[in-house]
This record gives sequence, C-alpha cells and structure tokens, in this order.
Amino acid sequence: MATVTLKPTKVPELMFEGYSITPDAFAGKTAAQIAELPGHEGKIHMKLGDFFEVSGNAGETAADTDIVIAGDCTRVKYIGARMTAGTVTVNGNADMYVGGWMKGGKIHIKGNMDSFCGIQMEGGELLCDGDAKNHVGCAYRGDWRGMKGGTIRIKGSAGNDIGTFMLGGTIIIEKNAFIHVSTHAEGGTVVIKGDVEGRVGGQMVRGEMYVLGKIKFMMPGYKKVDTVEKEIDGVKATFDHYIGDLGERHPKSKGQVVYANLYLKAAA
Amino acid sequence: MASGEMIVKGGFIIDPTRKIDGDVGDVAIKDGKIVDKVGSSAKVIDAKGKVVMAGAVDVHSHVAGPKVNAGRLMRPEDKFISGFCRSGMAQKNGYRMESGFSIPSVFKTGYDYARMGYTFVMEAAMPPLLAPHTHEEIHDTPIIDEGALPVFANNWFVMDYLRKGEVENTAAYIAWLLKATKGYGVKLVNPGGTAAWAWGLNCLSLNDPVPYFEITPAEIIKGLIEANEFLGLPHSIHLHQNNLGNPGNYPDTIAALKIAEGFKARNKFGRESVMHSTHLQFHSYGGEGWKDFCSKAKEVMDYVNKQKNITIDLGCVTLDETTTMTADGPFEHHLHGLNHLKWTNVDVEMETAAGVVPYIYDKNVTPNAVQWATGLELALYAKDMNRCFITTDHPNAGPFTRYPRVIKWLMSKKAREETIATMKNSDRMIGLTNIHTMDRELTLFEIAQMTRSGPAKCLGLGNVYGGLAPGMNGDVSVFNLNYKDLPKDAEKIETALQRAACFIKGGEVIVKDGEVVSHGHKKTVWVKVAMPENPQVTRDVSQAFTQGTYTVDIRNYPVREYLAPHQSVIDVNVEA
Amino acid sequence: MPKLIKGVGCPYCGSSCDDIEVLVSDDETKILEVHNACIIGTNLFHHANDPTRPKLPRRRQPDGTMKEIPYDEAIDYMAKTMLAAKKPLIYGFGSTNCEGMSAVARIAEKSGAVLDNCATICHGPSFLAIFDNGYPSCTLGEAKNRADVVVFWGCNPMHAHPRHTSRYSIFPRGYFTQKGAMQRTVLSIDPRETDTAKLADVHLMLDQGHDYELFDAFRTVLRGHDIPDVVAGIPKETIIKSVEIMKNAKFCMIFFGMGCTHTDGRNHNIDAAISLTRDLNEHTKASIMAMRGHYNIAGPGQVWAWQFGFPYCIDLSKGTHAHMNPGETSSVDLAMRDEVDCFVNVGADAGAHFPIQPVQHLKKHPFITVDPNFNMASEISDLHIPVRIAGVDEPGVVYRMDNVPIQFRAVIKGLPGVPSDEELFNKVYERMCELTKTEPIWLAAKEDRRYPESEAVI
Ligand code: SF4
Ligand SMILES: [Zn+2]
Repeated sequence: MATVTLKPTKVPELMFEGYSITPDAFAGKTAAQIAELPGHEGKIHMKLGDFFEVSGNAGETAADTDIVIAGDCTRVKYIGARMTAGTVTVNGNADMYVGGWMKGGKIHIKGNMDSFCGIQMEGGELLCDGDAKNHVGCAYRGDWRGMKGGTIRIKGSAGNDIGTFMLGGTIIIEKNAFIHVSTHAEGGTVVIKGDVEGRVGGQMVRGEMYVLGKIKFMMPGYKKVDTVEKEIDGVKATFDHYIGDLGERHPKSKGQVVYANLYLKAAA
Repeated sequence: MASGEMIVKGGFIIDPTRKIDGDVGDVAIKDGKIVDKVGSSAKVIDAKGKVVMAGAVDVHSHVAGPKVNAGRLMRPEDKFISGFCRSGMAQKNGYRMESGFSIPSVFKTGYDYARMGYTFVMEAAMPPLLAPHTHEEIHDTPIIDEGALPVFANNWFVMDYLRKGEVENTAAYIAWLLKATKGYGVKLVNPGGTAAWAWGLNCLSLNDPVPYFEITPAEIIKGLIEANEFLGLPHSIHLHQNNLGNPGNYPDTIAALKIAEGFKARNKFGRESVMHSTHLQFHSYGGEGWKDFCSKAKEVMDYVNKQKNITIDLGCVTLDETTTMTADGPFEHHLHGLNHLKWTNVDVEMETAAGVVPYIYDKNVTPNAVQWATGLELALYAKDMNRCFITTDHPNAGPFTRYPRVIKWLMSKKAREETIATMKNSDRMIGLTNIHTMDRELTLFEIAQMTRSGPAKCLGLGNVYGGLAPGMNGDVSVFNLNYKDLPKDAEKIETALQRAACFIKGGEVIVKDGEVVSHGHKKTVWVKVAMPENPQVTRDVSQAFTQGTYTVDIRNYPVREYLAPHQSVIDVNVEA
Repeated sequence: MPKLIKGVGCPYCGSSCDDIEVLVSDDETKILEVHNACIIGTNLFHHANDPTRPKLPRRRQPDGTMKEIPYDEAIDYMAKTMLAAKKPLIYGFGSTNCEGMSAVARIAEKSGAVLDNCATICHGPSFLAIFDNGYPSCTLGEAKNRADVVVFWGCNPMHAHPRHTSRYSIFPRGYFTQKGAMQRTVLSIDPRETDTAKLADVHLMLDQGHDYELFDAFRTVLRGHDIPDVVAGIPKETIIKSVEIMKNAKFCMIFFGMGCTHTDGRNHNIDAAISLTRDLNEHTKASIMAMRGHYNIAGPGQVWAWQFGFPYCIDLSKGTHAHMNPGETSSVDLAMRDEVDCFVNVGADAGAHFPIQPVQHLKKHPFITVDPNFNMASEISDLHIPVRIAGVDEPGVVYRMDNVPIQFRAVIKGLPGVPSDEELFNKVYERMCELTKTEPIWLAAKEDRRYPESEAVI
C-alpha cells in the first residue's frame, strides 16, 4: 500500500474539476507525475499541482493506492469519480460528484458533500461523516439506470432525490431526508434512520425502503399489508409493511405481482 | 461548388453505373462535375491501392426535424457513458462541437456522414406543418446534400380526396404541399393507422377502415401510387407499411407490395420503380408471438425479386442501444408498453403523428437476434442489388454510423458467424432464421449498387448522384482498401469504410485521412411541380386555415426561401 | 397610405398567435393599429413605437454612469470580456428569434460558455421530467379539433395566455368539437380560485405543494386501487369522479403550468403528470402540454437540442463536448456557487427574474445585457447593447408552446443602425475569431442570411 497525500494550497476561484483525483489515475505515478495530472477550472486546463501540494508516490495499481486529501475540498468536484479500487479520504468537505460512477474501492469524506454523490454508482463504498445535499445515489438526467451496487452511508442528513431510478446497492442516511426517496426505483435498498418530509417511493416499481423515523406525508399509492419484525443496519424493530406504488406498473414474477416494499417503524 | 480541376489518380474504381468493377483508373473533376479529362495542372489526389467510388446516397434516414429533435432533447444520456462523453469521433481541430450517439447533433450528423463518404441523405419523414423546423435543421447540418419527404398517408386532404376517388385532386394537393414544404416526394407512414392513432386506435391490416374517413390503408397506398405517377415525380411513393414490428406480419407486407402490380413508372428521371418499401426488416417476420418470432426474409424477398417495379431498403438491426422514432405513432406507444422506457408522442393536427422511445437491441434477447439476422438475410436473398439498399432506418434499427458494420456482415460470413457466436441464445436464433446456412458474401461492387447507383436511381437522381460518369456531381469517396487483396479480417473493411481516406464533394476535398477538413457547400434538394391551377384544391386548402381546423395562418405555413439556402430545385411539369 | 399587414405573429406569450393584423404608417416606421391581439399583445406592439427606445450601446463609466458608445466598441468589449472569462454564462432568450439563438451558440462555443435560457427558472423542471419520462403531446390543433376533456393543472391561461382558451383549448369549434365550449368538460387543479378555475366544471383546490401526491392518487384510482379518504386536501370522491371524467373522455388534454413547476419536487410533479397521461392512453387518447410562457421560449430548447443535444443548462467549457446537469449547470446554481465569472443576459431580465442573491454574485464579474429595451438588468449592467425586437422589426422563426415553428414577420423598419440579435452575435463571433486568429465557421447554409433583409410587407 502506498499513500499519496494532497495538501490544498489554493482555493479555486471557480470550481476545480478534479476528475483525476482517483487511485486509478494515480496508480504507477510518482508525486511529481501526479501533480501534472489534468483538471479544469472553467475552460482553463489546470493541473492538480496548481491547487495541491502532492507528496508520496502511488502504488503500482489502483488497489495499492490510498489518497489522503489533507484539507478542505469544498470547491473540488469529481473526487473519486469512476474509481475502481483503492481508497480516497478527504479530511474536510467535498463538492459534487464524489464517487460518481464508482465501481470499487472506498471513499471517506470527513466533512459534508454537495449534490450528485454516488451518481450511477456500481460498486464500492462511499462514507460521509457529515451531510449530503441532493441527488445521493441517483441516475444521470434521463437515464433509467441509476445506482446499481455498492453502499453509500451518510452519517448526517440528505436533501431531495435519494436513489432516483435505483436498481441495486444500499443507501443509508443516518439522520433525516427531505423529499423523494427511491422515486422510479426498480431495486436496491434505502434506509432513512431519521424523518422524511414525504414522497417516499413515488412511481417506484421494485425495491426496499426502511424509514426509522416519521414520514410526514405518505404517498397515497402505498397500502399497509402487515406488521413485521425486522433488523436493518443493526436496528431491530417492529415495522409497518406497506406495498406500492399502486399507481405505478408492476412486473410479475412466478405469477405474482411484485411491488416495492416500504417498512416504516411502527409507532411505539 | 469548387472551380478548378482535380484528378483522383490510380485507384480501383467501382462504378456500377458504368459497370466498372475494380479497374485501375483516374477520376477527373472540373468545376464540381466529373469530366473526361483535366489538364496537367489539376490537383492530384493519389488513390493508388485504394478503392474509389462515387459519394454514397442514403435513401432513408431520420436526421432532421421535430421527432429527431424530440429524441435528442429527451435523451441526455445518449451523449454519455458513465459520465464520459460518448461521441468517440469528435473532431479535434476546432470545428463545431459534436454530440450524441444514436441521435447525433446536426454537426455530428454532417461530419459523420462525410467521414463515411456520403454525399446525399434523404430525411425520411417531414410533418408538413413542422416543415420549417426540418429545414432549420437541414440548414444547420454541414456538408451533406439533403432532401426531405413530407408525410401524406394520414393527411386529411389526401384521405378525403382518395375516399372520393379523386386522384387528380390528390395530385394537385401533393404538388401544392411539396412546394409549401420544399419537400422531395411522397412518404407514407402506416397509412391510415397514424390517423386512427389520433383517437388512440390503429390500422394493423390493409383493410382496416380508418375511423371517420371511410377509407382503407390499401386504398390510400393505391391512390398515392396513382397520384405520384400522374405527376411523374422523380421518386416513387416511399412506403412505411402497416403492422410494423409485429410477429407474423409478413403476409401483410407482401399484400401491400402487391398493390404495385400492374403500375408502370411514368417519369423523366430514369426511375423504374413505383413503390419503395422501406426498412423491410421490420416487416418480414413470421410467428404468432415473441416465442416463435422468426425471419420470413426469404418469403418476402422471393416476391421482391420477381416484382421488378419495387425497390426496398433493409433497416438492419445493429445490436446497439438506440432511439426509435417514427411517424407510426401507435407503434411507438406499443413499443413503450413492451420496454417501459420513456415515451414521447407528437400528434400533428390534420396531418400526422410521431413517437419516440429508446430501445436496446440486445444480442442475447432472441427476438432482437432474429431481427438482426432478418435484416441481413434480406440483402443476402436479393437478386437485383440495384433495387435493395443499405439502411438502418437510422436511428430506429441502429445509428447510421454503423453502416460500415452492416457492410462487414454482408461481405463476410466469418464476421456474421463471429457475431452469432457471441449470442447467448445463438442456437435458438439459428433455428428461427436462415442466416447460419447462408454462405453468400456480397462484393464491393454490390455494396456500391446498394449505397450508390441503386438509391440514386430510385430517387430519380441517377443523373447526378451515385456514379462517376462525366457530367455527374464531382462527389468521390476513396477508401483504404486494396480491391485486389481485400483484408481477410473483415474488421478492417469496417474500419476503412468508417473513415474515408478521402472524400471529395462538388470537387472540394471534405475529408482527409478520416477527418473533416472543410464544411463544403451543402444543398437542399426539393421538387417543384408546375401544373395548372386546381381551384377546388386551392379552395379546400384555404378553408382548412380560415375555418380553423389548422391553428396557424396560411401565410405562415409555407417554408420561407431563406430557410433553405443553396436550393437545388428539380422541376416537374405536368401538362394540362 | 397606411398598410395593413395580416398573419402577423404576436411576440409575447406562448400562445404565439399568428392571426394578428397590424396597421402601419406609410413609411413603415410606426404601428398605428393592432387587431385581433389581446390587450397584452396590443400593448407590446404599441410599445415598439416608444421614441425613447435605446439606439446605441451604453457602457458603464468609472464614475458609475452609463455612456453611449458605438456598436463596434461594444462588440469588441463583449468579445474580449467573454474570451477572457474562465466560464461565461449566457442566459435569457425569452424574446429572441431562433436565428439569434443559433448565432449565439457560436459565441458560446468559442468562449467556452454555459448556454442557458429562461426555462431554467420556469419550465426547466418540465425538461427534467421529459428526460426521465418522455412527453406524450400534440399540437394545439389536436386539442382544438378533438379534446372533449381539458385539464388545467397549476396554470391560469385566462390571465397568462389570454387567447389560449379562445384559440385552442376551451371555446373554439374544431372539426370534431363543433359545439365548442359546450362539448368540453373543463377541470382546473389549482390551490387558488383563478379566473380559469372559475370557468371550470370541476375545480380541485388542492393543498399547495402536494401535486405529486394528487397525481399519484389519480394513477392509483385509475389502476383500480383504493386511496386514503383525503389526498392533498381533496376528498376521495372528487378524485374518483375526476378520474372517471378523464378516463371517459374521447380525447383528454392536460395543460400544466408554473403552479406545478414551482412547488417542491418540481420536476417530479410533471413526471407524475406524464405518467398519468401515459396511463390514460391505456383507456382513451390523452395528451399533455407545458404552458410555456414566452412566445419563443420553446425555441432555444429546439435550436440547442439540434446543435448540442441539450435544451438548456449547456456547459460548453470543455471545448470537446457539451455537458448538462441542471442543479450544477443551471444559471442560478452557477451564480450562487460562484462558478461563472462573466454574465451575458440576452432578451430577458435577470435583474427582475432572478432572486437577489444570485444577481449579487453575478455582479462581482462583468455583466452584459443584450435587449431592445431598458430593464432592470440593463440598468445594473456594465454594458447594454440594444437590438431589434423579434416579431416587430425583425422577422424569424419562433416555436409556439407546442413546438410548432411559426415564421414571424417584421411589421416595421428597425431603428437605423440597431442590429438584430443574429447580426450582433455574428459580429461578436467574427471579432472573437479575429482575436483568436481562427477561421469563423458559418456553415454553407448560413451564408445566404448572415444579414437578412427584413421583409416588412408581404
Ligand atoms: S394570447 Fe399571447 S400571443 Fe396571443 S395575442 Fe395575447 S399575448 Fe399575444
Ligand atoms: Zn424510417
């Protein structure tokens, strides 16, 4: 294992598109070579070295490479996007598209993340100690193939559009979420440990949702079918089990109509 | 058009219009036209060891207009894969930005056709009310000459006249509409069925009556052939048949083709056909459902081969993720019900409709694999390659940028077998088709017939496009292929055809080593009919506007001159 | 002798009425009378006679005042400023013809700009819904000729599109709707009792912000399932009755407006409405349409879709490919996140229509307005360049709310020396090419109309 440390030296005037900050791009390169890797600030071609002091050489492969960003990346986009292996740790905030399209490896953001993190993620782990803005683990505009695999864990809260068009994988929001959870989803699992304003599972075809807090406005297309004991992410509880969205189409499997399942923690 | 002289030297010339098949020779161009010879100071293009053909002609492609754009607009994801820009061919040398895969932007459309040596492309369906939109896109598309076919077969005027048996009035209306829309010819899409779709219905068979119009698809087709030949237009009627895409549709297909029996082409443009049946692949299926869905290419081609007054194009499935779009509104709704992907629909008052749905042709899904085989089989069964043209019904069965791949499959059994071998259910597919038993490999001469001389003739443009005879347009494509020693590896054929070594249009070098180097001088080609005034039609048309079935003013309906610059107008005179 | 010009298009609202008759003075410089238009449209034409319309660009001086400068100087400043910026933002196009939108795209590409239009603050959510779910729609003539059930969801055409109801949606007698309004059942779904709601046979006064739930309830009922007793403040019986009306229609037309696009979950409201339309097509024929605001605000969506594949929020800064992701590349987000360093406001009033904070962010950098008139944006700009008014003294193509292209004509002669949007942008582009020592790319198709004659009388 080899660790590459990036120390932020300058705050970008516009946002810096740090699409090279991945173990895959760093693999096999020396610190000096890494500093030469490209990025964009608006239409200007920049290098990582323009914004970071790079120390440490990368490992032979992405899997052997750990990236540590020793500072804040509030104005850096695409950290760890499309990575397949290795790790990225940010000791601060990160901007949009963290772990977008990622296939493997692990990202740990110790601060907050902006929107579109884990967009169309296929595998790996994305952990955020703070809050995330909107579109956690969603699909790109127009694509019906959202998040397919991997795990996103947000220790704080998240905004709207969580897991839109999700097909697989797991999203855990440890605090609250605003609106639109698993909209249009056809698979995957979303766990909200806090409260949700509403629009949970709208137009959803298949997949699972767990809400441990309250849902302020239920979708009318969900129907309670039973009450079950379940354990989810280390929490054992009694859940009201709903199926839906009854307004949406649903496929059949072995002669049975398949619905999306919403498990809402039963009132004590 | 460039002035000055140019000579393409020493290539293997393939020109079916003059029955030249690989002879080494020169092509001389002067003032944008092919000539016998040029002076010694002419610019020399060295084509030694390379194949030289005319610029190619696409008879049917959806490249400009409202439904194409609806597809672009609704599919941002068509531009990216995993967040990466998808247009692999993007031009690097500072030309206009390229975008999109299955429904490329206008810039990419022009550039990509040019890179493959195409000089003329026919936009296959123009809704008349939206014709200014189609022309706006055409004038933003670089390089290629284009025409557009207005759709007629669900038009209220046409159905009304034909119901009453008024062929001359139909013809007068066609003449008016071609002029108003700067259109090229008579397109029929799901005759009657699209009109029925305005009420959510369809006409699947040739004898299903159209609601409210008391006419059948068969009568519409026959009436439009009669009107087309009455006018003597350069192109025959261009028919997208009823019952597209459904298992077991081939008897309907043959029944529709039979309507052409007994008609003779009447025109001054060298056209011999009276019906062009487009994307025949979608109409050549057997079976009762998706389980026994199979190819009936042989049955359909047996008929086409003996019926000399029809032409066809293939509509080959390329096994890509693409976007289907057609004026066949009910079909798109049906397709959306099968794949549940997003669905756009545009019904156009008085005239037509259109639908758009993304579609993934998956080689591991047996019906898709059968469709792939069916398209290729049609060509492999064809006897007269001058009546059978290569298309993918872009973007319906695949993007036009896959023509080189289709050609690879047609020219190499090995390439076909390699593709079959990658299919999960290859045995099932083989059982439902004939492709595996077919050994025929088309020659480059036959490919030139299918992409050049044939389509040009069928469009009535055989005197200017599709050949290298003196007097024709100075459009020449040069490919990195040694005719005497074609590569064993068919992939190399695909690569060579994807990016021309050189493409000359109107005597100007447009593409060099696969890259666009000039924007050339594109033209808009349309057909203007001069015929005696028909007071009834004039009155009927103006009433539709004043009495308010249309929602636009008649003064704003015809396409204004400036929207179609560099017009190449084909005059047709109809005597009183 | 004054001249009467017929078949004139009205350059105001998305109805884009093209049956206006305008009487102009003999010398074609004054509009004397306007017939057929509604009051808003009539006023717009008369306003073009305003003698105080700006005739020269104005540049802000070090002391804060605005000073008139020649066009060449303004063009040079605009070209240099945009080239120098790392990421300029071009926004607006509420009142520009398609020729202008096509021309501005060259500048945007050349300067690596983001290209956005007013949809970003009005019907942008509708685009997002179309991306996700498609758009089963039709032209307005279909509504007129066939629709026997018309639903207005979150829109009030009686106010915002005055002639919409008489030309297309409620009152006109069409081919299969000879009895006009008598034959149409009108539903209004709106939290307020608008003038349109008053006209409706059924008014569902839903709780503000709960459109999504209500659409879901409609869909659930349509599939034969039960729903809660009250959804979004509407009793179950009313929902069931409304669904029956839609389902039993011969042709059900749904118009939706900013009431849907401006509440929480924006795009999902439209998305659900599209799903409902789709579901209705299993039972009958149904169609849906966005009530676009301006007469050609559908235009940029069309022009830029054929040029770049995206209708709005188009980031061209990479030079190699276009990128679009509203939420990131949308004007207000770019401004709020300080992602742009130059702002060009064209044929719209960002000063009035944006919230105050994004305007404050944008004001940190060069701020340019291209507009025929003075407006809030022009008055806070560093440079204001006046242009002709499309549809009044400049002809061109516009796209009506149903994406029907209408070829607008000019009715009067333009102010001397004032260019059209297209001419201005072409000159800026030429200047950019000079400055960067590159060849301009006009495409053959454009050669003929780089500086079109205006055709006042036809
Ligand atoms: S309804 Fe709209 S387009 Fe028609 S006249 Fe009034 S403002 Fe103009
Ligand atoms: Zn077609």
